[in-house]
Amino acid sequence: MHSFYIILFLPFLFAFIVPFLFKYINKRIHTGWFVLFVPLTIFLFLLQYIPIVAKGETIEYNLPWIPSLNINISTYIDGLGLLFGLLISGVGTLVILYSIYYLSKIREELHKFYIYLLMFMGAMLGLVFSDHIFILYGFWELTSISSFLLIGYWYERKSSRYGALKSLLITVFGGLAMLAGFIMLILMADTYSIREMIGNAAFITNHDLFIPALILILIGAFTKSAQFPFSIWLPDAMEAPTPVSAYLHSATMVKAGIYLVARLTPIFGGSSIWFWLVAGIGIITLLYGSFTAVRQTDLKALLAFSTISQLGLIMSLLGIGSLAVYFGPGESGALYTVATFAALFHLFNHSTFKGSLFMVVGIVDHETGTRDIRRLGGLMHVMPVTFTIAVVGGFSMAGLPPFNGFLSKEMFFASVNDVASAGIFGLEKLGMLFPIIAWIASVFTFVYCMILIFKTFTGKFRPEKLTKKVHEAPIGMLVSPLILGTIVVLVFFLPNVLGEYILIPALIPVLPMIPIHRDDLYITAWHGLNPELWMTIGVVVFGILLYKIVKGWIKLFNHYPQWLTLNHFYNRGLAGTEQFSKNITNTYMTGSFRHYLKYIFVFFVLVLMISFLFLYGFQFNFSNHAPIGIFDMAVVIGVVAAAFVVLFTSHRITAIVALGAVGYFISLFFVLFQAPDLGLTQFVVETVTTVLFLLCFYHLPKLRKNIGKISLKLSNLIISLAMGATVTILALAAFGHKVFEPITYFFENAYELAGAKNIVNAILVDFRGFDTMLEISVLTIAGLGVYILIRQSSKRREQSNETE
Amino acid sequence: MEIVIAIVIGILVTIGTYLLLSRQLLRIVFGSSLISHAVNLLIITSGGLKKGNAPLLGEGKIGFTDALPQALILTAIVINFAVTAFVLVLSYRSFKANGTDDMEKLRGNEHE
Amino acid sequence: MKPNDVILQSVTKVAVVIIFTFSIYLFMNGHHNPGGGFIGGLSTAAAVVLLYLAFDIEKVRENIRIDFKKLAALGVLIAVCTGLGGVLFGEEFLTQAFGYKELPIFGKTELTSALIFDTGVALAVIGTAVNIILSISEDR
Repeated sequence: MHSFYIILFLPFLFAFIVPFLFKYINKRIHTGWFVLFVPLTIFLFLLQYIPIVAKGETIEYNLPWIPSLNINISTYIDGLGLLFGLLISGVGTLVILYSIYYLSKIREELHKFYIYLLMFMGAMLGLVFSDHIFILYGFWELTSISSFLLIGYWYERKSSRYGALKSLLITVFGGLAMLAGFIMLILMADTYSIREMIGNAAFITNHDLFIPALILILIGAFTKSAQFPFSIWLPDAMEAPTPVSAYLHSATMVKAGIYLVARLTPIFGGSSIWFWLVAGIGIITLLYGSFTAVRQTDLKALLAFSTISQLGLIMSLLGIGSLAVYFGPGESGALYTVATFAALFHLFNHSTFKGSLFMVVGIVDHETGTRDIRRLGGLMHVMPVTFTIAVVGGFSMAGLPPFNGFLSKEMFFASVNDVASAGIFGLEKLGMLFPIIAWIASVFTFVYCMILIFKTFTGKFRPEKLTKKVHEAPIGMLVSPLILGTIVVLVFFLPNVLGEYILIPALIPVLPMIPIHRDDLYITAWHGLNPELWMTIGVVVFGILLYKIVKGWIKLFNHYPQWLTLNHFYNRGLAGTEQFSKNITNTYMTGSFRHYLKYIFVFFVLVLMISFLFLYGFQFNFSNHAPIGIFDMAVVIGVVAAAFVVLFTSHRITAIVALGAVGYFISLFFVLFQAPDLGLTQFVVETVTTVLFLLCFYHLPKLRKNIGKISLKLSNLIISLAMGATVTILALAAFGHKVFEPITYFFENAYELAGAKNIVNAILVDFRGFDTMLEISVLTIAGLGVYILIRQSSKRREQSNETE
Repeated sequence: MEIVIAIVIGILVTIGTYLLLSRQLLRIVFGSSLISHAVNLLIITSGGLKKGNAPLLGEGKIGFTDALPQALILTAIVINFAVTAFVLVLSYRSFKANGTDDMEKLRGNEHE
Repeated sequence: MKPNDVILQSVTKVAVVIIFTFSIYLFMNGHHNPGGGFIGGLSTAAAVVLLYLAFDIEKVRENIRIDFKKLAALGVLIAVCTGLGGVLFGEEFLTQAFGYKELPIFGKTELTSALIFDTGVALAVIGTAVNIILSISEDR
């Protein structure tokens, strides 16, 4: 096992220690300080791969897990995985550092928090490095589950539970759709390895299952990445503690969908449906998110919608970039490669500025006790450092220089302008929509960024509306956003270091068929007075204008009918399905024992009879049957007579004695059939059982005449007769057929193999000793069950006697 | 002989099923007991009837009946004893706790 | 208890001895003849039950001071341990061994680990059966 696996599983391994750390050391040292080492180690470990991967090399490791099912934990480090891995561990480190100051070590159940967080981190890392598609799926669902736990961390709050459940339902629904898509992919490509699938992309493209698989997988990616209309879970997920939001909803979980789309672009890219779904949904999400973010009054909700919007931006860039697969190597292909490059660049930038903004909002919330814009204002003088970070993050998100968001935003504008002139997939007519929507969305993005910064930090400081005395955050809380803010600025000035070592290697696996032209991918802040720059200038001008008159037009949102919102549909749909399944369940789960038995019997009869019909089971062979002796007949009559007595008698004693008689007759059968052991056992057991019945009948009421409706009795009778007939036919068919040779000849060597002359006993204690061992365990458990049933109730009786 | 045994099995199952579907707890226990007898018979008969000597090597004979079903049934008998005991105690406990042994009155309601 | 149990009690005193002897015979012979742990155990249990029926529970309890629940658990434990014995010798779980030894009185005797396993089975059966019957009869 390579040390890479230890690093990969480190979060899971470390999670085992966390409860002990919390229990014994937390009083002195915040548990987070220990957890901090996990992502830090992973980050430093992953750094060593940068030079290797930058050279264009890839590394794979393989760890057998379930070899018989061909499931191996095969991992694969390439540029794309590494980019995500570095983001996960890097932002993870900062988030944990931040959480140490954010979460009180006295009040919070930190062990749970950090276990969930580590679980999530491990799942994300596994997701981006796995090559086996089922392993990827497993990690994918694990991220859903762990994010459910994280969002519901403050589970006492109703809104937390609601948000957690919502995110789980939506992302797991998407995950299941994705699983179906994955299975189709496996069928098409005949391999479990994603890399081999990409190698076999040519077979997949012309397969019938291509489009279903594509759509199903995209549902998975879109639900995870909160694309329209699945985006509704993300705002409710803001109930999570802010460090979680900063981690899950800026850098990791929501990027999983992006990762998947990027990873599978070589397979699906180049088809028009992929382009339209990814780019189209992406750009719609961009507009929807930015448009909705403007009206939010909760800072975190604003950030949630802005995240949705930014994810849409990245998604649409990936969609546009997939055109490169269509065009192939050449000038046009190289043109759209830039879009994919921009997607990866913006992905990185978004993680930095959004992470810092979430942390800023967390600080504001932590220090003032509210996130409501209407109560905040004028914090600039109280919290200068926080304000600076907010400006850096916010301006970057708005696409202003000198921050990294400006660079990727410009590239985004360039890409949407290129797509307008692509001239394929119906873009001749609709192509112009892309730059228009992108521009409008960017204006709104600018507006909400300004709202975020200026409504919170400028204006009049109103301490009377706040519950706490406000002051600047402790230094520990400021470190993480400061680091992220520094990166935001640094990347603006040195974008090509990032491009060369991280982004270009990450681009290669997304578009492996396109040769890399480094000149096209050289990032510059200034490229003349081109349309992109004019678009940015337009965004700023209109944005400032709209921001100035925001009070006037924002009221228009109130006219939007409530019942048309996506949330409304979700809530109604959920309630509807619950009611529906409840109604169905209530029709057959009547609580009546008899009904349940009837289902079982009817099912038994139907299944056996139908399979008999279809498998030609009605073939009887009476040739080899044993002769009937007089003694046999006597026993048969005895059994049947005794059984009927059990049925018809209305005296308890008679019934018990008759039942005992049935048992004794059965033991006679065993003797007749050359089974002395069975005869003996049955005889003794029947004796003890009869004693048992006689002891119990003291406690049970008399047998009543079977009262009840005739129709009910009749249906019981019919079912019973059908059961009897079925079993008789089954028995007759079974006796006549010997499909396999009896294995009993093996046991006849009992004396040589087990030193026993009694074959039955040899089977019991030696050949099949395991069965016997478990059997006596069951026996003992049943005995204890009886003991406890009686002891519990007599205890209760004693207690009630005492209280009286 | 096999046909006769098959019919006996059928009768036992019919009566057992009918008793299981009845309303009284004690009858239900009787029913399950009868059905398990029927199943034991079914197993031993499917191994072949009177096809050889008892599976004991010490008596100097050759040709034995199938010993495997016998071992299976031996296990089944003992387990059946334990299950019968448990069900019996459960039913009279439930009678004492609920004051009735009528299955129709012992319906579990969802809003209890 | 009713006074006219004298006949039952006298018969029981004799019968129980016979049944005990017979069940030990059944148990020991189980390896080669009909019998074995299940039958031996059950008939022993039947004898104990007979004792309880004929005499007062308290009286029997004074004389047989065995917790039958623990006896059953001990039986399962013995069975599992014999299984582990095989593992110690590098065999599969529950591999039984047998051999022949010259013993002073019995002459050439077969010794098998299966007998120990069977002892476990017998103890479990006795323990459970008696435990069930006792529990029920104590429930008044």
